[in-house]
Amino acid sequence: MEKLIISPAPHIHGGDSVSKNMRNVIIALLPALLVGLYYFGLGALVVTLTAVLASVLFEYLIQKYILKGEVTITDGSAALTGLLLGLNLPSNIPAWMVVIGALIAIGLGKMSFGGLGNNPFNPALVGRVFLLISFPVEMTTWPKPTPLTLHYIDAETAATPLSVMKMHLGELPSTLNLFIGSIGGSLGEVSAVAILIGLIYLLVTKTITWHIPVSILATVFIFTGILNGVNPDLCASPVVHLFTGGLMLGAVFMATDYVTSPMNPRGMLIYGAGIGVITVVIRLFGAYPEGVSFAILIMNAFTPLINRYIKPKRFGEKVK
Amino acid sequence: MKTFRMGGIHPKENKFSAGKKIRTAEIPKQVAIPLSHYVGSPSESVVKKGDMVKVGQMIGKANGFISANVHSSVSGKVNKIDVQLDASGYKRPAVFIDVEGDEWIETIDRSTDIKRECNLSKEEIIKKIQDAGIVGLGGATFPAHVKLSPPPGKKAEILIINAVECESYLTCDHQLMLEKGEEILVGVTIIMKALGVSKAVVGIENNKKDAIEHLTELAKSFTGIEVMPLKVRYPQGGEKQLIDAVIRRQVPSGRIPIEVGAVVQNVGTTYAIYEAVQKNKPMFERILTVTGKDAPNPGNYLVRLGVYLQNVVDQAGGVPAGTGKIVGGGPMMGRSLMNLSVPMAKGSAGVLFMKDEESVRKPIKNCIRCAKCVSVCPMGLEPYLLMTQSERNMWPEMEGNRVMDCIECGSCSYTCPSNRPLLDYIRFGKTTVGGIIRSRK
Repeated sequence: MEKLIISPAPHIHGGDSVSKNMRNVIIALLPALLVGLYYFGLGALVVTLTAVLASVLFEYLIQKYILKGEVTITDGSAALTGLLLGLNLPSNIPAWMVVIGALIAIGLGKMSFGGLGNNPFNPALVGRVFLLISFPVEMTTWPKPTPLTLHYIDAETAATPLSVMKMHLGELPSTLNLFIGSIGGSLGEVSAVAILIGLIYLLVTKTITWHIPVSILATVFIFTGILNGVNPDLCASPVVHLFTGGLMLGAVFMATDYVTSPMNPRGMLIYGAGIGVITVVIRLFGAYPEGVSFAILIMNAFTPLINRYIKPKRFGEKVK
Repeated sequence: MKTFRMGGIHPKENKFSAGKKIRTAEIPKQVAIPLSHYVGSPSESVVKKGDMVKVGQMIGKANGFISANVHSSVSGKVNKIDVQLDASGYKRPAVFIDVEGDEWIETIDRSTDIKRECNLSKEEIIKKIQDAGIVGLGGATFPAHVKLSPPPGKKAEILIINAVECESYLTCDHQLMLEKGEEILVGVTIIMKALGVSKAVVGIENNKKDAIEHLTELAKSFTGIEVMPLKVRYPQGGEKQLIDAVIRRQVPSGRIPIEVGAVVQNVGTTYAIYEAVQKNKPMFERILTVTGKDAPNPGNYLVRLGVYLQNVVDQAGGVPAGTGKIVGGGPMMGRSLMNLSVPMAKGSAGVLFMKDEESVRKPIKNCIRCAKCVSVCPMGLEPYLLMTQSERNMWPEMEGNRVMDCIECGSCSYTCPSNRPLLDYIRFGKTTVGGIIRSRK
């Protein structure tokens, strides 16, 4: 009562915080992580742990010794970047490569732009694409899903459904296997069902809105549906496209990164549609079997432009 | 259940004083009646030092169209006319009166009988409302008679009574509806007559079920009045939001409600209009909610204008220990008070004690561009962008991004996970841009 605080309204806060949002995304990733650990065993554990620890460590070192500023590793964003990076890697990649990926993700992708909130590109994808270009063999040699295996670098390998399609390597896995995740691929991307559980959690906790994931998935579904109808040899069925490769993981967890995605529903729909179209074009006509990472990074670059020209619906804009 | 269609939040309601009977606050030895009620020009004093005044006697005369008469809330002797710090944080002119007895002017009907018939003409009703110094009690304190005189060529189709009380903690309107329901509905018919409309909707948020039931029952004996429950959502009490919720029409940017055929009056104002028209009682008292998580005695008090808030708070058990901030009004739009030596004004709806730990803002972090401020904005604005532009003095850009549409509800700041002071910067930008726009004319 001696000293009353004077401040402008509002005088209450909803209690949301950066760390709460990061925590929600990490929780939403747990089903995908668990499926990865189940099918890829020890390798999945080593790769994700390395990615998370290295990311947090690099953020700490850069903030403490290079920027000499506040250390914000407790907000969970570095851990989340690490986890996303790990989930986007094959489980048989050597740990030292993961460490390089984490350094690029945090150092180049995030801190060089001024840290959380200022990076134009999704840091985990910057790390992943750097690794893909630098180590194309290791990044595209996928272990065969073997429940609870103790093999790591020496795991038996298998082609991903997308490379099966691209290189005509034989039979595609069944839709059921695509759905539950018993397929080759990056350790966190294989199970559509696990990722969908994560999506529901993100929507229920209002961490993200439906606009980006739905517009990406719907665009891919419609686009591949049309192409499949025109020429089934060129393009597999839309269901296969939806559940293979990094599309689910990308649509739900990578493209929805707050910092690098548009800030209003109209913009989000355009951004999502762009990712969908670019993904399909790369998958069908590009050199790589998978294009989600590139598609997201390309649309990241358009995000400032979208924010500038696509405005939210204003109150009273259309009088009914 | 209806609600407005864009943005909004739902803070914890904390209506501790709900259902607490209205108690009449004691009249202290001296009052300082403000001549200005925040909006419009201050009224001109028509008394001088040494004059004896009675309760209800006019002491300030409206000065201009957007201005309202001020009446004495006590009987006694004018001590001085001087500036007084008010709840808005400014020093403004006030009439200081030393209280002697409680003698009312003879014209006021002090009986509690409910008078339903009103044979006055439209013009007579508006004249009486204007003479009684009635302003909107919802917060903006806009003179009530101005809204009842639509500009030429505009016609009201519907009257909407704002009984939403969407601010957390506040219960003054709620309690008034429970205790003065019939009087309020008579007030509604009077306003309908003044506007020449045949339909009125009383919008009440669904957390006041007893008031909804009570008024719905009473409304059966009135024609043209509908009581509409609304989904609880802040800022539903905003005029444009309420109109959107009730009649699904959005008032365009920069326009007033009459453009879509609506006139909105607050429920407390409606009761004051009943008293003014049917009982010849000018506006010199209103209901005030005294509340807070640790408030010893949260309640609703009938307080005369000009009474220092300290006097009311003393009667309500005093300021609780560990109070870090006292808010005049609700937690979302109220103003923090420097002290309680500010007088009760027409727009005072509440005194809210915030605990120490609630009073301090959390540290500001980087914007993570989560877009939650955009999704909660009830006007469809981009708070993150307006804040950035305000920081950089980008006034034309702010105008282009419709800063003048901001209703200052605070939903953006409330929601921000990085604790960014969005509204602080937007309000600053809005004030500056508003000045630039006015200087063009």
